Amino acid sequence: MNLEKILKNTFLVLLACLVLSACATKKVSTGQLQGDVYTGTDTVEYLASGVPDRVFFATNESVLTTASRDTLRKQATWLRKKSDINVVLEGHADERGTREYNLALGERRANAAKDYLMTYGISSNRISVISYGKERPVDSGSNPLSWSKNRRSVTVKAN
Amino acid sequence: MKFRYIFLLIVLLPIKAFALIEVDITRGNLSPLPIAVSPLSIDEESKENFRMILKKKNIGSEISKIVENNLKQSGLFNPLNKDAFLQKPEIANLKPRFEDWALIKAQALVTGKVTSVDDKLRVEFRLWDVLAGKEMMALAFTTVPTNWRRVGHIITDKVYERLTGEKGYFDTRIIYVAEEGPKTNRIKKLAIMDQDGFNTKYLTLGNELVLTPRFSPTNQMVTYLSYFRNLPRVYLLDIETGVQEVVGDFAGMTFAPRFSPDGKKIIMSFAMDGNSDIYTMDLENRLVERITNHPSIDTSPSYSPNGKYICFNSDRSGYQQIYVMKSDGTNVKRISYGKGLYGTPVWSPRGDLIAFTKLHKGKFFIGVMRIDGKGERLLTENFYQEAPSWSPNGRVLIFYRETKTDAKGEGFSAKLWSIDLTGYNERLVETESDASDPSWSALLSN
Repeated sequence: MNLEKILKNTFLVLLACLVLSACATKKVSTGQLQGDVYTGTDTVEYLASGVPDRVFFATNESVLTTASRDTLRKQATWLRKKSDINVVLEGHADERGTREYNLALGERRANAAKDYLMTYGISSNRISVISYGKERPVDSGSNPLSWSKNRRSVTVKAN
Repeated sequence: MKFRYIFLLIVLLPIKAFALIEVDITRGNLSPLPIAVSPLSIDEESKENFRMILKKKNIGSEISKIVENNLKQSGLFNPLNKDAFLQKPEIANLKPRFEDWALIKAQALVTGKVTSVDDKLRVEFRLWDVLAGKEMMALAFTTVPTNWRRVGHIITDKVYERLTGEKGYFDTRIIYVAEEGPKTNRIKKLAIMDQDGFNTKYLTLGNELVLTPRFSPTNQMVTYLSYFRNLPRVYLLDIETGVQEVVGDFAGMTFAPRFSPDGKKIIMSFAMDGNSDIYTMDLENRLVERITNHPSIDTSPSYSPNGKYICFNSDRSGYQQIYVMKSDGTNVKRISYGKGLYGTPVWSPRGDLIAFTKLHKGKFFIGVMRIDGKGERLLTENFYQEAPSWSPNGRVLIFYRETKTDAKGEGFSAKLWSIDLTGYNERLVETESDASDPSWSALLSN
């Protein structure tokens, strides 16, 4: 499956929708949304070539999307090869929620990613989890696209 | 920093039961009561003495400025302009010429006197009913001079109590999180200040992220969340000694702490494997008790003032709603049924209301509802605001508000705001830096 191709196609479809509906809202210049899940690569970093470091979530959700599961399988494959590396999963929420609930939500998101890595053979003692709630946004914007980039779980090398 | 100071409180004259003027605080600030705060009179020798100690030219008028400002900020009083006062402070304090004060439309008058007694600050003040021509109250304090701002707050509390029939909230402090730096990497410190924004002190250095500080009922301790060593845990801080310790030994994040009304327990959330539940820890015997056990997120717990019930936030229905249960975790009942999401429930110190944050149609509201969830009233609407905390008399809420950033992601700010329970008198609470997560202390005196 060629992810890039899919993403490109999605982008074209989205763009077409925007043009066709003569949407009056601001043009989305970078990145894309599917539903309200971020599908772009703007903020994404790579743990190794072809291994994205983060997955994105819908508002108030911690369910992994098809794209997220794909990313996590790549991470699992990489982690199986690099058996000396441990990781921290950092769960985040957007700014559109109360601080305390967002802390819990970030923890839930990071654990959704952790569970998935574990089903692909990564031992739980190689994975720790931390939630930052809404405290560490990657994008300081106050709009749906920025918020979508901030609803994320990021896999970070711990050693 | 010390919370306990010695205050000698002497009732000068018996308070007579003439409830002639009264302020109705349930109606809001539609017609604030005109009140004249005559500068406290001071003799030259005392003035000079306090000028040396406190570096204030006239401590008498400084104290009355505090009283005046407090009364004004309450929204219930309209302190009159001093330029219009006809009587000199020292004469007014002995025997006001009520016609003169009635002429400028004052209905109540505060007078007083400051003296230096063995390098201590002695303040006496009187409250007068101008129209009836009667003294309503007379009190005197003796304290260390550095307490002069608190003297102003205590006078305000007494005046407020006498005229509204309810306890004041002026001799109190606010603990909050001071913020600076870019939105993507905010530096946060615990800060404490007087209710009127003075005497700000920082309790942490900003090396680690700190969130949600809350006072103990005695104001000695604070519980808060710290990311010390990148392990988000609930901490306990003794404000006097500066000693801090982690609360309990949990194998994961603990957060959303608050004290029980007797100060003996901390109630908080513990997150493990993607599930947050509510726990308590007894501060004496360190016993940990699990209160909720549900696969949903349970957080933001807050006790009723009698300690028998807990309100909290849960998404067990699918979305964030407010629930009430007995303090042992039984009898869980959802109470929020309006449109939108509900969070941060906080039980009023009077026991009859729960304040909350509501998210509906992309807007954030601060509101109150009765403890059965009925009678919901939204007090204020904004782009983003949350986390109300009650004044100790249950009449005012303080919360924080964040601004929307512009197209470039610039222009973020976080500030403290307060609003009366009536929905009137919304105002910015001045802080030295950006601020969030305010928590109001109990009254420091009495």
